[in-house]
Amino acid sequence: MDKLLKLISSNAHFSSAELASMLGEPEAAVKAQIKNYEDKGIIKGYQAIINTDFLEDSFIEALIELKVTPKAETGFDEIAERCMAFEEVESVYLMAGVYDLALIVRGQTMQDIAMFVAKKLSTIEGVLSTGTHFIMRRYKERGMNLTDFDTVTDERSQFL
Amino acid sequence: MDYNKYLNQSVQSISPSGIRKFFDIANEMDNVISLSIGEPDFQTPWHIRDEGIRSLEKGKTFYSPNRGFSDLLKEITNYYERRFSLTYSPADQTLVTVGGSEAIDLVFRTLVEEGDEVIIPQPSFVCYTPLATMAGGTPVVINTKNEDNFRLKASDLEAAITPKSKLLVLPFPNNPTGAILEKRDLFEIAEVIKKHDLIVLSDEIYCGLTYGGRNHVSIASIDGMYERTVVVNGFSKSYAMTGWRLGYALGPAPIIAQMTKLHQYGIMSAPTTAQYAAIEALRHGDHDVSRMRDEYDMRRRLVVDTFNDMGLSCFEPLGAFYVFPCIKSTGLSSEEFCTRLIKEKHVAVVPGSAFGDCGEGFVRVSYSYSLRHLKVAMERIREFVGELKDGSKD
Repeated sequence: MDKLLKLISSNAHFSSAELASMLGEPEAAVKAQIKNYEDKGIIKGYQAIINTDFLEDSFIEALIELKVTPKAETGFDEIAERCMAFEEVESVYLMAGVYDLALIVRGQTMQDIAMFVAKKLSTIEGVLSTGTHFIMRRYKERGMNLTDFDTVTDERSQFL
Repeated sequence: MDYNKYLNQSVQSISPSGIRKFFDIANEMDNVISLSIGEPDFQTPWHIRDEGIRSLEKGKTFYSPNRGFSDLLKEITNYYERRFSLTYSPADQTLVTVGGSEAIDLVFRTLVEEGDEVIIPQPSFVCYTPLATMAGGTPVVINTKNEDNFRLKASDLEAAITPKSKLLVLPFPNNPTGAILEKRDLFEIAEVIKKHDLIVLSDEIYCGLTYGGRNHVSIASIDGMYERTVVVNGFSKSYAMTGWRLGYALGPAPIIAQMTKLHQYGIMSAPTTAQYAAIEALRHGDHDVSRMRDEYDMRRRLVVDTFNDMGLSCFEPLGAFYVFPCIKSTGLSSEEFCTRLIKEKHVAVVPGSAFGDCGEGFVRVSYSYSLRHLKVAMERIREFVGELKDGSKD
């Protein structure tokens, strides 16, 4: 990853002028490079990292393991694509190890998710078994500490 | 009991650090966001800490030899050879100390006699003047200037020299200005030093942190200067090892021998655990230094551009982790600026005047903080400066 991508993947909120300063490049060049990354699909989008602990209308998420039988022609892709189509599904990963696909699924209640897995996921052709793990608490997400966000103490002395 | 009759008058006459004085105000306030700290925000790289831990596990808890472990002395001299093509003997030209600060104190006490003049460029770190005074010396200050990018000019040095001049302190890369000296600057300064037969204390503690493609050049590498330079350095800034308290001095054997005597009686030896960690730092830490330097460099560019953009002119500092913007356009003194900034916007920076009278009109801003922290703090400073300008229009 180049420095520009590293910077915006750690904080997408930098202005192009700030990025230009940090990288020592003209602002126009930075803007052009970002546009280039967007056009090529290297930058897919920009999202905030939200600590849902502080929200009243919160949701819950679960990690779902799927064991599947890959299709002769399309391998895992076809099943992955069917999973991706559900709006309840936030993320889909192909895994190496004891199961094949990992999904992050979001719902209002545990019941929602359980029903979704039973009715929608297990019934997909080629899915052999599922395992559901509810996410209880987020400690760190995408490099961000979600636990004591603003209370990290700087122990360095002011006097030196 | 009247302690005055017991207390040493010279000690009493030393004024406390201006940095400290200012922060008594800061300490009484909540929600202060600081840009004032003079040490890295990085923790010591793990592999270095791990070596320290391992040495403790193996029971390495005894004094080291007075001058330091021979492996460490060897690695220090290897480092100066590899970085600056300077050859020192680990056997009699190297001394491991408790931080660079102890080494500075030892140099003064070893070289300075009653009445000798010690030439100190300012703005600079707060310890030189008091330590030179305690060694019996008379500090002679040279004011470096914004228009020279706070570099020491040979002509200013020449002008400061008297028959009593003995020692020049060369604090570059500089705290608080971030200024460096390049080879051509050093050539000119070296001519003056040789002409007047001075000796040099070169404080190179920030030598690992230079930017803009400039590598630190030690004055000891200039022709004829090796034999009249004592280099002081340490692990605090380059390797983020401030709390380990480890530094060193390199120089002519007769000087190091005398410094070693003082060190031996006053200190015994530098901390053993820290020395084991430092050996690892010098052997396998080069990539850590460059990683941290790259990170500082991004912050440096952001902070310099932001200050210039808000109308506080700021020369481009090429070393250390400080910027030194000029605040004269606000009409406030350094101390007023800092006091109002902390009271009105809860941001702490250090008055330039804490580093010498010629620092008046400037403030020291440390960028040894995360980008996220810097962004918030700089935004508050921008508001503050904007409100000052609006206020002055009324």
